[in-house]
Amino acid sequence: MSQEMNGAMTDTATASDTGDAKHMNMIEAINSALDVMLEKDDDVILLGEDIGYFGGVFRCTAGLQEKYGKTRVFDTPISECGIVGVAVGMGAYGLRPVPEIQFADYIYPGLDQLISEAARLRYRSAAEFIAPMTVRSPFGGGIFGGQTHSQSPEAIFTHVAGLKTVIPATPYDAKGLLISCIEDNDPVIFFEPKRIYNGPFDGYYDKPAKSWKGRDDAQVPEGYYKIPLGKARKVTEGDQLTILAYGTMVHVAQAVCENKGVEAEILDLRTLVPLDIEAIEASVERTGRCLIVHEATRTSGFGAELSALVTERCFYHLEAPVERVTGFDTPYPHSLEWAYFPGPVRIGEAIDKILQD
Amino acid sequence: MAKAGDKKGSNRPALALHVPEPHYRPGDEADFSHIVVPEAGSAPRPDEACDAKETHPLCDDLIRVLGDDNKAHGPWDPRLDADTLRRMLREMALVRAFDNRMYRAQRQGKTSFYMKCTGEEATSVCATHALAADDMIFPSYRQQGCLIARGYEPVEMINQIYSNKADKLKGRQLPIMYCSKRLSFFSISGNLATQLPQATGFAMASASKGDSRIAATWVGEGSTAEGDFHSALVFATVYNAPVIFNVINNQWAISSFSGFAGGERATFAARAIGYGVAGLRVDGNDPLAVYAAERWAADRARSNGGPTLIEHFTYRAEGHSTSDDPSAYRSAEEGTAWPLGDPVKRLMDHLIDMGEWSEEQQEAQDAELDQMVKDAQKDAEKNGILGHGLHHPFHTMFEDVYEDLPWHLQEQADQAIREREIKFPEGLKK
Repeated sequence: MSQEMNGAMTDTATASDTGDAKHMNMIEAINSALDVMLEKDDDVILLGEDIGYFGGVFRCTAGLQEKYGKTRVFDTPISECGIVGVAVGMGAYGLRPVPEIQFADYIYPGLDQLISEAARLRYRSAAEFIAPMTVRSPFGGGIFGGQTHSQSPEAIFTHVAGLKTVIPATPYDAKGLLISCIEDNDPVIFFEPKRIYNGPFDGYYDKPAKSWKGRDDAQVPEGYYKIPLGKARKVTEGDQLTILAYGTMVHVAQAVCENKGVEAEILDLRTLVPLDIEAIEASVERTGRCLIVHEATRTSGFGAELSALVTERCFYHLEAPVERVTGFDTPYPHSLEWAYFPGPVRIGEAIDKILQD
Repeated sequence: MAKAGDKKGSNRPALALHVPEPHYRPGDEADFSHIVVPEAGSAPRPDEACDAKETHPLCDDLIRVLGDDNKAHGPWDPRLDADTLRRMLREMALVRAFDNRMYRAQRQGKTSFYMKCTGEEATSVCATHALAADDMIFPSYRQQGCLIARGYEPVEMINQIYSNKADKLKGRQLPIMYCSKRLSFFSISGNLATQLPQATGFAMASASKGDSRIAATWVGEGSTAEGDFHSALVFATVYNAPVIFNVINNQWAISSFSGFAGGERATFAARAIGYGVAGLRVDGNDPLAVYAAERWAADRARSNGGPTLIEHFTYRAEGHSTSDDPSAYRSAEEGTAWPLGDPVKRLMDHLIDMGEWSEEQQEAQDAELDQMVKDAQKDAEKNGILGHGLHHPFHTMFEDVYEDLPWHLQEQADQAIREREIKFPEGLKK
């Protein structure tokens, strides 16, 4: 296990009470987190389209209905409004629902229930009622999903007071973060970068796909462990610049830096709200340069918030303007997916620019 | 541009868009003789355990118990004892006294907003009596009767309406958006119909735990047009959830009559048919019929019989809210022409007919309730009225957004305190 991995472990638990670690891809790690929580807490229930008998279109809930029964892991009608709405009611009863929205692109019919209800319930009831739900949903592109199976709508949720937004980039983090989300008493949006479910995609789409096999961050304890929300992970050490990324783009940024021989400090944000501002400030103050990378569209994307924060808080340490690398402000195209994707060329160009200033 | 129907050689009429229009507008004489009002006692009462289909003829009927002779009739007569009837009468009268006083308080500038439920008191008070005390109520905004029927103190309601320093909701919610977990009364949302899938979810949770609590929810006929209504009914029927959907058809959604929710084509109860759930249509101004229908649905739900949709056919006797002026869009005569009478008067007349009540007692009770509300108002005003400084402390604005205060809200809270010190350098007057 690498240095950072050990660092992450000491956040919460030691290996002795988390069980033996074994290799898992991100789907298996998510499945393991759900399994651990269904076992640990009778109030945890899973619901969503095709998640029961079939185990989910991405297999994240495979085997869980068989193990925990139909009243704790069940299929739902095709109604995101209904899925989120009943989850609010289940929370009011005292359950801890974990609804799955099959694709992040499908979440919009559930927005009123998320934004006006789940996110506001604690506030408007002066904490008499809460909505301790974790909405899991695969997001992001790079799988030829076209515009309705590729979106990254995280900024819609980071804009909402009362919601937390969490995005893992490795199997180890996916499990530890998901357990923290499920135990959190606030509603959490947990976006799973589906392009890296099976391997750490580095953006070089024309090269053979990599798997998680052999990587330290895919060695996942079989038992219970948590990674705290609101804490970024330092992916690489480096003095030349800071790169802020999350999800798939962590791996793309890392590959570009390796290929270019650039020594960047890459921060995997892991939680967008609440954000680990201390880690960001410390890093940018040290490197003096900041690149922000996300797959989502550019205008009003989360990168805009990050850029504003870095500019407001680290301006006198900056030696170059903050740069953003993002998806274009178009719907996600099908045939031109790789022209749209913020891949190595776009990131490389931005790094060159930021280092030359 | 030529109309399609004018095309040479076409004998088809041009397409025409139908935009619903209510029967009466301001200045019109209101005549409700087109509304079919069946004899009290004429509707059959199927067994609570029946197939949902057996209830479907009732979706086009109207369950009525109290007749013009002030007596209870037929199989839906819930045969309540006089004490229970008197309690329901008292609570309905209290709701009315409370509404009148709070309406005036808003006009006096003591708060920003109020909503009366005049004419609809039975649909909340009597329905609540048919539920168990810990059945979860998911109300809309006109269900103050549910809270009163569960014994919520008027002073607490007024504290909320004034958003004062004693407001249990810390001055965060619009007046009348109550919440009481202690009384199993869910937090009211201003976003309409969102409570429906939530009620279904609560009922599903209770069923999944093998509990005995059911959920009951209320919605206006206008907001049955929301997608949430459909989602809630689909989930309820799929999982046979122990939930009661009370659709309060008071004919008006602000200025839009029920035709804008589909009321010209079918009853609201009839929507039950498509979902395969039990459906009842009840005279919402008949306290006994409302109680009986709600009790039927509650017993059915508690015995794993599944959900029921009840349409309470009633009339919104006053404006939508203090921000509304109904004289601008509907005939002023409608209220008096309404064929189903006034629920408070009907229950009073019934009790008098039973020899269990008198007009003198009613007058004395009205005076007593009026005084009680006045006293509660005075008590509440000691805690402040809206906009007069006696609100919850500043930092409460930032609490309960999350369980813990994140750094960005801490920074914003500091900003708010700084602004306050700049605005009030001498400190706030005590």
